[in-house]
Amino acid sequence: MSPAISIKNVSKRFRLYHERQSSLKEKLINIGSRSYDDFYALDDVSFDVEEGSTFGLMGHNGSGKSTLLKLIGGILKPTSGEIITKGRIAALLELGAGMQPDLTGRENIFLNGSILGLSRKELEKRFDEIVAFSELEQFIDTQVRFYSSGMYVRLGFAVAVNVDPDILLVDEVLAVGDELFQRKCYERVKEFQQEGRTIIVVTHSVDQIRQIGDSAAVLNHGKLVYKGAPTEAIREFREYMFNDVQVEPQQTSSELTANDHLRLSLAVDPETKEKVKKIRITEAAFCNPEETTSYKITTGGSLRGQINWETTEPVENAVFNFEVYDKSGELVFTASSEELDLGVLDGKGSVEFRWGSIPLSDGTYTVNGVIMNKNTSEIYDWQEQRYIFEVVNDTKSLGYVVLPFEVSIRKD
Amino acid sequence: MTKPVYEKVVRPRSTVRSRLREIWIYRELLVGMIKKELKVKYKNSALGFMWTMVNPALYLLVFWLVFTKFLPNGIPEFVIFFLSGLLVWNLFTGAVSSATSSVVNHASIVKKVYFPREILPLSSVGAAVVHYMLQLVVLVIALIAFTHNIDWSYAWLLPIALITVIVFATSLGIFLSALNVYARDTQHLLELALLAWFWTTPVVYAYGSVLSGSHGLIGTLFKLNPMTSIVLPFQRVIYAKTDVYLTIGDKSLFRVLPQESSLWYFRNLSIVFIGSLIFFYIAMRVFDKAQGNFAEEL
Repeated sequence: MSPAISIKNVSKRFRLYHERQSSLKEKLINIGSRSYDDFYALDDVSFDVEEGSTFGLMGHNGSGKSTLLKLIGGILKPTSGEIITKGRIAALLELGAGMQPDLTGRENIFLNGSILGLSRKELEKRFDEIVAFSELEQFIDTQVRFYSSGMYVRLGFAVAVNVDPDILLVDEVLAVGDELFQRKCYERVKEFQQEGRTIIVVTHSVDQIRQIGDSAAVLNHGKLVYKGAPTEAIREFREYMFNDVQVEPQQTSSELTANDHLRLSLAVDPETKEKVKKIRITEAAFCNPEETTSYKITTGGSLRGQINWETTEPVENAVFNFEVYDKSGELVFTASSEELDLGVLDGKGSVEFRWGSIPLSDGTYTVNGVIMNKNTSEIYDWQEQRYIFEVVNDTKSLGYVVLPFEVSIRKD
Repeated sequence: MTKPVYEKVVRPRSTVRSRLREIWIYRELLVGMIKKELKVKYKNSALGFMWTMVNPALYLLVFWLVFTKFLPNGIPEFVIFFLSGLLVWNLFTGAVSSATSSVVNHASIVKKVYFPREILPLSSVGAAVVHYMLQLVVLVIALIAFTHNIDWSYAWLLPIALITVIVFATSLGIFLSALNVYARDTQHLLELALLAWFWTTPVVYAYGSVLSGSHGLIGTLFKLNPMTSIVLPFQRVIYAKTDVYLTIGDKSLFRVLPQESSLWYFRNLSIVFIGSLIFFYIAMRVFDKAQGNFAEEL
C-alpha cells in the first residue's frame, strides 16, 4: 500500500512577538527593532500514513498535534519541509466553518460543498442525502441565521461527511449535537473505515485511539517521539505525559512557554522533579490461582492478579489499580485496592487481587497496572497494556460474558 | 472508486503557476463566492439589485448639479462624459476596496478550511465586474435620453481597456488583501488613497485641462497615472467628442479629449497592461509568502 499522506521533514516556526503590533504605524516605528522569540511548534517531523488506515495523533496540549493537522489540511503552510497528500481531504476541524448566516441552508450546502472542493454536479447528486443526514428538511430554505447552534453543526457535519473524502481529518469534534446524532456521526466514521478511507484523528482520548486506531504517532514539544502500533503509542504517550519534566530539566524557566508552566503545575508538584519514581511496578502477573504458571483461565474460573512493587522512599496513601481491556480496546472491568488501607510502603512487596469467578468469554485480555496517590491522584507509575491473560470458554454460551442461569419449565 | 487521484503538495512556497492551477481546480468555488457576494450584499433590502444602479444615478445627479450649475466646468453633455469615466472608476475602486478587506472578512473560513485563498480577492473583483455590467444600464439609458452617438471606430479598445482594468485591480487587490492581514490600517489608508486618486484621474474634469498648461512635474505624474490610460479610451469611445474646445481661466484653449489616433490609446493601454501583468506576478508571490500564516494572524 502506498502512503496517503507523506510528511517529510516538516517544521513549523511561529514568531512570538513580545507585543503584538498590528497597525502600520506601529510597524513602521518599530521596524528593525521588533523583538520576538522563535517557537517551533513542529520540529523536523517525518512520517507516512498508509492509505486506508485510521491513524491517531497524540500529544499533550502544545505538542504540535493540532498544528500538524492544520498543515496536512493545508490551512497552514510549513516553514520548511513538505507534505504530500493523495486524494480529497475533508476536515472535521470546525463544523459549520464558512456558513454564511445571510444565505439559506440550501445555498450554504452548495457554498460549503464547493469550499470543500466539490463540483456543482456532484453536490446536486448528493444534495438530498446531505439534507436527509442533517435532518433539516423543513428549514433548508430558511436563512442560516435563524438556525440553532445544534442545527448549524448538524448541517456542517452533514456536508463534511458527504463530500466523499479520501482523507478525513478529525479533531475531537465528534461530541456535537444530541446523543442520537452523535451516534450517527460515529457510525459514519466507522463506515469510512470500512470503505478503506484514510482517517486521521487528533485526540487526548486514549480510549478512542485504542478502539479505532490502526496506528498512531506521539508528538512531544513538536518532535515525533513514536510512530507505530496504538498500544505501544499509548504507552509512549503516557510515559511522556508523566515524565515530561524529567525529559528536559536543563530548560531554563525563560524558555518555557506559558503552556509548559501550566502543564508543570498540573502534572507534577515541584518537589518531585527527580527522575526516579517513588514507587514502581516491578512485575505483575495474572494466572489461575491453582496453576501459577499459566496465564490461561477458564470461563467461570477464578483469577489471581499480583503486582510486585518497589519503593525508593516511604510512600503513604498509595492505591493499586487494574484496568482490563478486551481485544478491541473496550474497558471491561477495573479493580482497585482503595478499600484496603496499605499503610506506609517502604522497600519491596506485592499486592494480590483475587476474583472468585470470571464470567468472561473467550479472548485475550490486556491489563494496565497503575499506582497512584489516593488523595492527590498523583500517578506514581502507570504500566500500559504490559500484562495479559487468556480466557478459554468451555461452555456453550455465546457473547461477551457467560452468566450462570437457571432454567425451568412448567406444563399445566 | 475510479476517480482521478488528486495529489496535493503543501510546501513553504509554491510557484505562481501551481497557484494558478489550484485556482483553476477551484473555479466553481470562485463562481459560488461571487454569487454569494452579490446575494449577501443586497439580502434583506427592498430595492436589492436596484441599488447597484441607483448608486451611479445619484452620483451623477450630484456631480451634474455641482459641475454644470454651481461650478460649471463647461464640458458639453457632461452627463455622458462623467458617466463614461465614472463607471469604470467604480469598477476599479469597488474591486480594490472589497478585495483588500476580503481575507480579513472571511477570517472564519480561512482559519478552518483549506481552499486557495486567492479566491477571496478574486471573487471581490468578480462581483465588482457584475456590478459594472448592471451599471451599464444607467449609461445606456443616458445615451438614449441624450440621443448620443458613440464612436464605433474606436470601440475595439474597450474590451482591452476592460481587461486591463480588471488585471490591474486584481493585482492591487491580491497584494493589498495580504498586506491587510498583517496591517489592518491598509483598508483605512486605501479609502483616503482612492479618494485622492479619483481627483487625480480625469473623470470629473477633462484630460486636456491638466496638460494644456505647463504643469511640468504634475503633468508628468498625471500621465503616469495608470487609471488615466484606462479611463481615456472609455471617454474617447463613449463621449467621442474630439472637436470640443474649452478654456478655463486665463489658460489657452484646449481639447476635452486628446486628438490622437487609436494606436496612441492602444499604446498607453498596453503599457498599463504589461505593467499590471508584472505586478500580478509580484502580488501572487507576496500573497503566497503571506498566506502561510493567515490562519495564525487572523
